[in-house]
Amino acid sequence: MARARLRTVYRHPLPVRIGHWVNALCLFILLLSGLQIFNAHPHLYWGSASNFEAPWLSIDYHWSRDDGYSGRTQVYGWQADTTGVLGASPGRNGELEGRAFPSWLTIPGSRWLAMGRSWHFFFAWILVINASLFLIWALFAGHLRRLIPTLEDWRGFGQSVLDHLRLRHPTGEAATRYNILQKLAYLTVIFGLGGLIVLTGLCMSPRMDTVLEPVLEFFGGRQSARSIHFLAAGGLVLFVAIHLFEVIVSGPVNQLRSMITGFFRYRDEPATDSATTRETRHDG
Amino acid sequence: MTDNTRRRFLKTLLAGGGLATLTGCDYLSEKTWFRDTLAQGETLSDVVQHAVTPRKAMAREYTPADISPSFRANGTTDPDAVEYRMLAANGFRDYRLKVGGMVENPMTLDLAAIRALPSRTQITRHDCVEGWSAIGQWTGARLSTLVEQARPHPDARYLVFHCADRYGRSHSPYYESIDMEDAHHPQTLLAYELNGEPLPIANGAPLRLRVERQLGYKMAKYVMAIEVVESFDHIAGGKGGFWEDRGYAWYAGI
Repeated sequence: MARARLRTVYRHPLPVRIGHWVNALCLFILLLSGLQIFNAHPHLYWGSASNFEAPWLSIDYHWSRDDGYSGRTQVYGWQADTTGVLGASPGRNGELEGRAFPSWLTIPGSRWLAMGRSWHFFFAWILVINASLFLIWALFAGHLRRLIPTLEDWRGFGQSVLDHLRLRHPTGEAATRYNILQKLAYLTVIFGLGGLIVLTGLCMSPRMDTVLEPVLEFFGGRQSARSIHFLAAGGLVLFVAIHLFEVIVSGPVNQLRSMITGFFRYRDEPATDSATTRETRHDG
Repeated sequence: MTDNTRRRFLKTLLAGGGLATLTGCDYLSEKTWFRDTLAQGETLSDVVQHAVTPRKAMAREYTPADISPSFRANGTTDPDAVEYRMLAANGFRDYRLKVGGMVENPMTLDLAAIRALPSRTQITRHDCVEGWSAIGQWTGARLSTLVEQARPHPDARYLVFHCADRYGRSHSPYYESIDMEDAHHPQTLLAYELNGEPLPIANGAPLRLRVERQLGYKMAKYVMAIEVVESFDHIAGGKGGFWEDRGYAWYAGI
């Protein structure tokens, strides 16, 4: 068999690269400043108003003269002592203080709602502007079409799931195209979670609610919108975690370089049906 | 590099990078120029929200069944100023609201005169900047009528509300301000009743502002005087309100 040749392709055009890194920065800051805002009232409810007796999520602290601070996290009926991380965690002086999310997960690190809001809304605008420019470009450059699953993609769905679970990644030319799970993940994040988080965010504005009332009604009220906003942020964290994991297991240097310079390297070899068969051949 | 040293290197890089980023964010948060830059985000929200919503757009009004069992009170819940305590002890019979500043017709009104003004009752949702919401029924004088009676100077742009309470570690007087658009909005009230009862002290007795399309901190409690101004630069920290002087946006639209 002929030896595979190393090939370099220009994979990620400039708008994708800029959009990607601006997004990464915005999501990082929005998450951590969002947790600062959450800390101002660390309880979530369903409905229009807050039923203070019945939050579905609560990250609270308890203080007693003898034991000092302890953290308590409650989700529906389930409750746990989370001292050290949630509810009560070490502040700047190293001593436990009552705060829902710890200092190292909030922007700013200290309890400072006004500044957390400033960070949050500034970078929310950057994210919205970045996403709008990206979508306009993607629509006209035909990039969005690359994200739409083809019939062939759907046929390989089961195989793709298996490949992902076994940490086997497409090699060769196939590695330069989005696979079905990638396509679905990106579409879900952009149009699902992305849309959800922007809308639920807007629904928390009393002035925007004067025109968004049907949307607010759809979410189930302002406190529901706040809960969904929080959950959607959790969904984005999950996406980023899987995304980073996949980058690491599929060749972090090559992936990172391609998202910085645009150039991606792969081994050129005869086309085959699936990642699995290629793996076997390499082994043999 | 062996796998082990590489892993350790990557770990150190990640942890160090993360820490440096957060320290950097804290460092920037202390810089005035950076705070002013970030504040542009909320200025943009102000402009865009006003552009996409009608001036007279009404906040949703709820039904009596939606009223929260208890209406949470934030900030001052029992002002300790001697002058206020004396008014409260006497059931606010000696209370007088002063309306002055850039007006042709300065006024002093007692509670009977305020209750005689055209009133409105509305069940609305109160959204605190902290994140919680409460629904209550408010009855109060329409601010628009009062403003018209006072006949503001054509250059007047804002209404400043001076309150009886002092708040925070600095024990500074609470104050707030709104623009003429909100002052003329039909749901903007000087409320004297909550849920059909005289306004409790915790919620701002005898008179509190309701500005239904903004967050709770705009809705000054214990209102003692209304000053009509062209600019609020000369008042306290110059940002138009107690919380605004402490970094919160003047337009509390989200």
